[in-house]
Amino acid sequence: MFTFEVGSLLSIAFVLGVVLVAAAMLIWVERRLLGFFNERLGPNRVGPFGLLQSLADVGKLITKEDWIPPFADKASFVIAPLIIPIVMLLSFAVIPFAPDVGVMDLNIGLLWIFAMAGLAAYSAMLGGLASNNKFALLGGLRAAGQMISYEVFMGISILGVVILGDSFNMREIVLAQEDGWFIIPQFFGFVVFLIAGLAETKRWPFDLPEGEAEIISGFNTEYSGMKFGLFFVGEYIGMLLLSMLLPVLFFGGWMAPFGLDIGPPIFSGLFWMSVKTGAFVVFFILVRAALARPRYDQLMSYGWLVMLPLSLLNLLITGAIVLSQGA
Amino acid sequence: MTLTPDSTSAQAQTLPAVIAALYQKFGESSFVRQHTAEGMPTLWVGRDKVMNVLRYLKEEHRPRYEMLLDVTAIDERVRLHREGQPDSDFTVVYHPTSFSGNCDIRIKVALQENDLNMPTAIPLWSSANWQEREIWDLFGIVFTGHPNLSRILCPPTWKGHPLRKDHPARATEMDPYSMSDEIQDREQSAMKFNPEEWGLKRRSEESEFMFLNFGPNHPAAHGVIRFALQLDGEHVLDVVPDVGYHHRGAEKMAERQTWHTYIPYTDRIDYLGGVMNNLPYVMAVEKMAGIVVPERVQVIRVMLAEFFRICSHLLFFGTWAVDLGQLSPLFYAFVDREKAFNIIESITGARMHPGWFRIGGVAQDLPQGWDRMIREFVEYFPKRLDEYHKMVMENTVIKQRTRGVGSIDTENAFDWAMTGPALRATGLEWDYRKNRPYSGYENFEFDVPIGVNGDCYDRAAVRVEELRQSNRIIKQCLENMPSGPYKADHPLTTPPIKEKSKLDIETLINHFLSVSWGPVMDPTEVTTTIEATKGLNMYYLVNDGGIGSYRTRIRTPSFIHIQAIPYLSRGLMLADFTAVVATTDFVMADVDR
Repeated sequence: MFTFEVGSLLSIAFVLGVVLVAAAMLIWVERRLLGFFNERLGPNRVGPFGLLQSLADVGKLITKEDWIPPFADKASFVIAPLIIPIVMLLSFAVIPFAPDVGVMDLNIGLLWIFAMAGLAAYSAMLGGLASNNKFALLGGLRAAGQMISYEVFMGISILGVVILGDSFNMREIVLAQEDGWFIIPQFFGFVVFLIAGLAETKRWPFDLPEGEAEIISGFNTEYSGMKFGLFFVGEYIGMLLLSMLLPVLFFGGWMAPFGLDIGPPIFSGLFWMSVKTGAFVVFFILVRAALARPRYDQLMSYGWLVMLPLSLLNLLITGAIVLSQGA
Repeated sequence: MTLTPDSTSAQAQTLPAVIAALYQKFGESSFVRQHTAEGMPTLWVGRDKVMNVLRYLKEEHRPRYEMLLDVTAIDERVRLHREGQPDSDFTVVYHPTSFSGNCDIRIKVALQENDLNMPTAIPLWSSANWQEREIWDLFGIVFTGHPNLSRILCPPTWKGHPLRKDHPARATEMDPYSMSDEIQDREQSAMKFNPEEWGLKRRSEESEFMFLNFGPNHPAAHGVIRFALQLDGEHVLDVVPDVGYHHRGAEKMAERQTWHTYIPYTDRIDYLGGVMNNLPYVMAVEKMAGIVVPERVQVIRVMLAEFFRICSHLLFFGTWAVDLGQLSPLFYAFVDREKAFNIIESITGARMHPGWFRIGGVAQDLPQGWDRMIREFVEYFPKRLDEYHKMVMENTVIKQRTRGVGSIDTENAFDWAMTGPALRATGLEWDYRKNRPYSGYENFEFDVPIGVNGDCYDRAAVRVEELRQSNRIIKQCLENMPSGPYKADHPLTTPPIKEKSKLDIETLINHFLSVSWGPVMDPTEVTTTIEATKGLNMYYLVNDGGIGSYRTRIRTPSFIHIQAIPYLSRGLMLADFTAVVATTDFVMADVDR
């Protein structure tokens, strides 16, 4: 029970602890890095290097007035912000952190993640509708359209990985990359997945549901205090999830590159997993600092006219090659 | 202490071509000619003929007067010196301008207090719409045929017309103000947007429209302005801008300040333009006083004005990128702006509002070693501009978002009285600094960047290139700064030259008077215009021989440009609307004055 094996209490506690702490720290990392990218310092006052900034933020959010607008639909207004952190945390259940570290080995692991990501769309939609605010309504509509559309390409884009790994089980997908990471045969799948993933997590430059310059704060305009905090943290957990999914699906998960194993397998696995995750996190922050936001109709037509054909073509070609080799 | 500019006698001898043409067309008896300090052709004409005269100027006369640069009014009822002018209680002043002929004309119409009516000029120029509303709001002159003659700068519940001479100028002249619940409810319900008032439908056959209050408090509204948007989904069907939240009566204040003490108020008109706002004002007063400023003053003024152009355009650039969802350029722009402000601060002692130009000069000479920081800046800045170009102007998403969005052609830009970068983006190579040089701009070498399509991208690209040209001008100022005094040696220079002040009792009295009163000049009128950061900024001063202005009209580009936003953004999407608003580049203080 207290040893590292998949599903053990220690493993579960470890995963939950790491994810929550990392998500909180991500907020600091992002603000600090954005600061450096923008020729400023970022938060550096609370604790050494501003490390305790997230703690201070949480303290602030919790003690703020938890206001529900009188014109809002109360029940759904309260439920909406709860959905996103819960489903995002549940998604981590199937992520293989390292050999023997993980919550469960579900044989439909990938489908589980898609189910959860699908539910996450309700958070923004419900929040936008329940607020009874025109800006929130526009944001909610954008979120619904964007997340549902991009889920389609996201799903299709990783079917190539499923074909090559011959499994929906995340751990088996990692193990299938023993002889070579899927980034090479599945480069287009990777690109589509990366972009669709950004859109799913509403990260820049696909932050249209919040598009500050257009619709103030979109679906969460009316939210304040910890309810806003939940949306906020949910977004960061989502970004962390995406940053872990990418290595698992395309970069060999916990496996060391060029045989650079260090120490025992669990330690080495955790180390390389965090390096790879960290690299994607930094990449996403850099994207946020660099790119501009497309217009809503451009986002949609880009998705359906570029991403969908690309992912379908990728699936078709992968399937054809695997079939011909098998035959 | 009064001085007469002797240009009036020279004017009388030669008849300007446009006046000769008008005399020929409408008969000399239709007009009364007036002479003003800056020599602009000025004619009085009857109310019944004015629209024909304006139409003739716009459509038939060669060169055409394409743009109605300004319309304003004067309350003449307590004006003392009106020699040679027709009897008038309120005068409406039209100021058409010709770009092809590079000339202006001022057309005045006399109105009597019991019959304050004018035909509207909207059929000729769309831009007359808001200016006529403004005149109605502030003077109570009715424009018959105007589609929606409602208050624009004052709240809809306001009583009286503030720019009339009998309207109090200070709160202390009025009863103490208190806001009861009843008043608050009334004011708030008056703010509610009513689509029918603007002829907007609430639904079409297919869909019900959403009316969205974009502002007065919105991250992309760039100040307190409200756009009431008529939306079908995310498509903008129509826009009704609502301004006036920032109205503080700058033109009324000018009537109670002396010539000298009004200078700091001008800084705050376009608060991003700093001392550039002082420039047209002090140039106007200098013209009336007949002061010719030394070369060194001209170059210092140009240098600082160009620094403020850089500051203003950088702010535009950063916020424009943020409005398109790109975060970083804003911070880079602010870092550079900070550097420019440090230079401005070390020269003038203040950052955004130095109020540093004086009648006949500037407040102080340049500090010792002033050139070092500027030299560093002019070397450093072009490299940064190259980076911006790569990062923003060549960015695919930015191009997709702004190319072909909010386009306008030159003819329509004339119609909406758009000036400055917005007009140049349509492809018209016309810069006030080049075409009618003032303050010694003719001595500088710089290019006038133009666009092609007049869309959001071109408007931004013109401004980005202007940053480079401003840097060039500053570099030339740095290398060719003339030596000499920083104030004109003239009796009306305010404050007077200190060295001449304490020699005997006479000079002391003179000094005391010109500091406390400032210059007193012969009654006249004068208009000066400059190429400000956002377009043409014009001061029209009416001097009645007092220690201050009888009427100050400030024509600001922002006010005029905002009323073109509905024209530019109909049929676009909500996100495009943000791009249009950002590239209009207005400052609310400049809009509402």
